[in-house]
Amino acid sequence: MAIETNAIFERPEALRDVVTHYCPGCTHGVAHRLVAEAIDELGVRERALGVAPVGCSVFVYNYINTDFLEAPHGRAPALATGFKRLRPDMIVFTYQGDGDLASIGMAEIVHAANRGEKITVVFINNGIYGMTGGQMAPTTLQGQVTTTCPMGRDISLTGQPIRMSEMLATFRTPAYIERVAVHTPMHIIRAKKAIKKAFNYQVQGTCFSLVEILSTCPTNWGLTPAESTKWIEEKTIPYYPLRCFKDPERPEDAL
Amino acid sequence: MAKILMKGNEAIAEAAIHAGGTNYFCYPITPQTEVAEYLARRMPEVGGVFLQGESELAVSNMLFGAASTGKRVFTTSSSPGISLMQEAISYMAGAQLPCVIVNIMRGGPGLGGILPAQSDYYQSTKGGGHGDYRLLVLAPSTIQEAVDLMMLAFHLADKYRNPVMMIGDGMIGQMMEPVEFPDHYEEPELPPNDWAADGAKGREARIIKSLFLDPIALEKNSHILHDKYDQMKKDEIRYELYKVSPEVNVLLIAYGTMARICQTAIDELEDEGIKVGLLRPITLFPFPEKQIYEEATKKNIKSVLTIEMSMAQMLDDVEKAIMGRKPVHFFGRTGGVVPSPEEIKEQVKKLTAPKRKKSTSKPKKKKA
Repeated sequence: MAIETNAIFERPEALRDVVTHYCPGCTHGVAHRLVAEAIDELGVRERALGVAPVGCSVFVYNYINTDFLEAPHGRAPALATGFKRLRPDMIVFTYQGDGDLASIGMAEIVHAANRGEKITVVFINNGIYGMTGGQMAPTTLQGQVTTTCPMGRDISLTGQPIRMSEMLATFRTPAYIERVAVHTPMHIIRAKKAIKKAFNYQVQGTCFSLVEILSTCPTNWGLTPAESTKWIEEKTIPYYPLRCFKDPERPEDAL
Repeated sequence: MAKILMKGNEAIAEAAIHAGGTNYFCYPITPQTEVAEYLARRMPEVGGVFLQGESELAVSNMLFGAASTGKRVFTTSSSPGISLMQEAISYMAGAQLPCVIVNIMRGGPGLGGILPAQSDYYQSTKGGGHGDYRLLVLAPSTIQEAVDLMMLAFHLADKYRNPVMMIGDGMIGQMMEPVEFPDHYEEPELPPNDWAADGAKGREARIIKSLFLDPIALEKNSHILHDKYDQMKKDEIRYELYKVSPEVNVLLIAYGTMARICQTAIDELEDEGIKVGLLRPITLFPFPEKQIYEEATKKNIKSVLTIEMSMAQMLDDVEKAIMGRKPVHFFGRTGGVVPSPEEIKEQVKKLTAPKRKKSTSKPKKKKA
């Protein structure tokens, strides 16, 4: 007897069928998938261009199946700007970690956002440098231990962790800026909605869009994957609240 | 088209547009800011892209992104700004992206000064940023030549998929001279573009990158780059001879506007009965090594004098070319001080004056 099967869950076309290089419990994989789903659902894969960062996700082009540029550390928004200005018909997105975007690439993200470049930024905030082995990032929480603050981050020496979304939302230029998390199914569903919305604003030619995704780094946090999700809930979210900071549809939300 | 009087910086800007270089990213810096000011008005007229970035670092990376579209892109800057651009230039060389970068050089190191200099020769011709790569480097000596080379630069960048740098000292940017633009710009055919990131429609996704973690793959990429540099050495060397003849005893080597000042000195020396010739490299990479060797080793040449607006940088390449076969001397002024024809004449006369015989000197051996 023939068994009828219906596919109810598929790999997005924009996601390659490859083995991951990310550590167990790392949320890059979830974020990659959400970006790929948004690209597929908006039907823009064949006119999309990604810009890869330096960091663990330097290999994002091995997973997301669109044309890609690989930027110098922190400069993805500058590359995206140059590309998008010449090809406004293409959908240009950067995928950047917190060391890349909030430290070495601070000037590039600030000015791209303020110019209102019609690009989409996927900002992975896990509060640490992953690829180089767990050093302090501008987003590392107060007291958090890393290899370059082994006694815990001392804010009297290194300042307070930078809240990028809040800062970028202060600009008068229209933008869509939202912070999400991906450590529970509920949060993943919300994150997907935000990412799709961000890409859609670009498709419509509306504004600059950025989604900050609070992510885990069990390996460099020295925690198990389960402990890492708990850390997100108890430590990260209280300092980095999940909310939409700016939305052209709801200008009253602006800071 | 009739000749018009134009400032060098503006002529360079207009030349780019004539060659289809209608995508420009910039950051203000003296003495090249007029390029940006000119193009801020001109680019919208021709439907091009003009963008002032937040820093030279960002500008060079915007250029990187823009070059990935396969369209003609360029930037202009001056010495300290060019130093900041080295990051993206290295990446573009590694990723084989065409672009044109103009350096209207000022004195250094550091903030230096704002007056003309040629002290970025090493930076331009030996790579400039990190890694094993070269730029194709062009050095005009007149505003008309700056126009011609600017147009050529875009072609060469596309032909080799490599950044091309045109370097001029501050005078090239600031002088006004009559220039002529072609009515119809024609250039040789280029290979079809099969590398630009223009969307993965009906093909595999393209990845423009300079990262090769596998050492064998990285070495292979370096070989691909160096094969291109070897091809440039075969096909792209450009230079000019001035009053080089069998009667000449001293051969001057100078590039850019320095070469023009040498020409004045040569003309005046000729009136005094002293015959001097000039070899002016137009491409600094590839460098006219063989041509310099051939000219310098001719029997009539007693000595070679390299003249630069720097503390001797091109001198290294001249000495390398001549391989010790003839004495090579150097004269230079720097920091924005430009050698005068009088100073050059004085240097030449030191070389051509009959030498007194020292009593202790050994008798010269003659070859059989």
